[in-house]
Amino acid sequence: MRQLFKDYEVRQYVVQVIFSVTFAFSCTMFELIIFEILKVLNSSSRYFHWKMNLCVILLILVFMVPFYIGYFIVSNIRLLHRQRLLFSCLLWLTFMYFFWKLGDPFPILSPKHGILSIEQLISRVGVIGVTLMALLSGFGAVNCPYTYMSYFLRNVTDADILALERRLLQTMDMIISKKKRMAMTRRTMFQKGEVHNKPSGFWGMIKSVTTSAPGSENLTLIQQEVDALEELSRQLFLETADLYATKERIEYSKTFKGKYFNFLGYFFSIYCVWKIFMATINIVFDRVGKTDPVTRGIEITVNYLGIQFDVKFWSQHISFILVGIIIVTSIRGLLITLTKFFYAISSSKSSNVIVLLLAQIMGMYFVSSVLLIRMSMPLEYRTIITEVLGELQFNFYHRWFDVIFLVSALSSILFLYLAHKQAPEKHMAP
Amino acid sequence: MASLDRVKVLVLGDSGVGKSSLVHLLCQNQVLGNPSWTVGCSVDVRVHDYKEGTPEEKTYYIELWDVGGSVGSASSVKSTRAVFYNSVNGIILVHDLTNKKSSQNLYRWSLEALNRDLVPTGVLVTNGDYDREQFADNQIPLLVIGTKLDQIHEGKRHEVLTRTAFLAEDFNAEEINLDCTNPRYLAAGSSNAVKLSRFFDKVIEKRYFLREDLVSKNCNLLPYSAPPFYP
Repeated sequence: MRQLFKDYEVRQYVVQVIFSVTFAFSCTMFELIIFEILKVLNSSSRYFHWKMNLCVILLILVFMVPFYIGYFIVSNIRLLHRQRLLFSCLLWLTFMYFFWKLGDPFPILSPKHGILSIEQLISRVGVIGVTLMALLSGFGAVNCPYTYMSYFLRNVTDADILALERRLLQTMDMIISKKKRMAMTRRTMFQKGEVHNKPSGFWGMIKSVTTSAPGSENLTLIQQEVDALEELSRQLFLETADLYATKERIEYSKTFKGKYFNFLGYFFSIYCVWKIFMATINIVFDRVGKTDPVTRGIEITVNYLGIQFDVKFWSQHISFILVGIIIVTSIRGLLITLTKFFYAISSSKSSNVIVLLLAQIMGMYFVSSVLLIRMSMPLEYRTIITEVLGELQFNFYHRWFDVIFLVSALSSILFLYLAHKQAPEKHMAP
Repeated sequence: MASLDRVKVLVLGDSGVGKSSLVHLLCQNQVLGNPSWTVGCSVDVRVHDYKEGTPEEKTYYIELWDVGGSVGSASSVKSTRAVFYNSVNGIILVHDLTNKKSSQNLYRWSLEALNRDLVPTGVLVTNGDYDREQFADNQIPLLVIGTKLDQIHEGKRHEVLTRTAFLAEDFNAEEINLDCTNPRYLAAGSSNAVKLSRFFDKVIEKRYFLREDLVSKNCNLLPYSAPPFYP
């Protein structure tokens, strides 16, 4: 929490509590999976803990967090300050309605269970979470090699940066001289007794069309020019910052660490291309893998390489390690992305809303990763998840994940390509 | 119109403390209706009468450069910001009275602006080992302004104001506490307006009337000569 809020103070105690609680329960879920593999606790008590954990998480995700988000959004709008509670309840009801509607187009409704059963809620939460996961992984899969590999770095010289800085300062000077004229005009007008009022209300606007002092006309004209120039100065500033960042990356890539990351970049890009390929095949051939990687790996080694070893013993340990690695890297990746995102868009006004949004996203992400992790575990460990989560159609989730992953990866490739093409052209122009 | 002399003053502070509202209030005597984020730098101009009411009264343009961003920005953003710190004649440090972190960050802001000509060593002075000596021989006048005064409860006001008094002492600067949405804090004749006026007078003096002593000491105070740009 300290990391996320280094520069801003989140005043409300409630927000911090909610965020920590969500995080804690999500981690407990993963611990339960690990316990499952290691057979730590008694089987029935594990089952009980699963149920309880799921209930609490769903309660938080579906009821509490959206309500608080609505509450904080409404308190930011100054107009509705009086009837805060009423409006936040309204917002929450709208959210529940859309949440429910979400379930209709998907084949997850089974008429056997009631409205508020766990299966219904989980299925919807699962859909949202899986979409999110697929979007993030699609984008990450493409972005990762792009950032690591130095092949894509444009060449930036010091002269470029200096030229851009000079342009920026010239623009600022132009803005200043125009503002000086405006300030002087305003001062002479004030001294002469004309007061420049912004036309207020309907009649004011009509009056100002017919009779307007020459001084104020001049001012509005100059103001428009100043606005255009200010926009230009902002663009130049952002471009200069971009050039500095590229220059630093070029320097970094010449060091050993940079070269190491460059090599990793090649490795990752191959992995990402393979994943995209697999996703396409899955969709085209309508195939969902039945066995998990661990058992398949063991089968391959046993059949083709002729190495005989105790399957049961090793499969437990290997699957434990694999699942552990997946969990740890995905949690770490998610938290890092969230932190970066938070720094980029935080401000003192909306920090409460953002924290709650992040808590919601995190909760949904973790729930759906539990769903998907089922795929990577051998058969005997899957049973408990299947038992607890009831009659969900797991195959559907995997298909859905593949589709969204593919869409997101392709669109981010397109996006990055366009951005990459545009940038060198801007610098070539004088 | 550009024939009046000019003076450059930086307005520094964390994101969201109210620098843009403050600059708008100072230059246009109006409250800013829709504050939005400042990307890069926005400039505004205030016409100031130096030594008002005396026979030596002269009008100057004061350029207020409102630089956006936070102290923890990436170093590429910091290098880009550094282009605005050229030949500065005065610095206004703005902090939020409801946010203690913004007051602590003022030390880092002032170091960033003043140490522009030194090689950056990556060692930032934190509050613990703050060295007042660094500001003892500083020739650039500083002013500390605390905003959002209206959001502090009556009971806590005393404690907050004592804290800011220490802050201003550390910088060897005057301090003003106000609320940028209420122009009456800077009404003509109030003590805040007098302090502001004194600060601007000091900046103009250092720039134009004491030039001979200072050219040799500090290269930050070279006369600000811009290419002649006539609209």
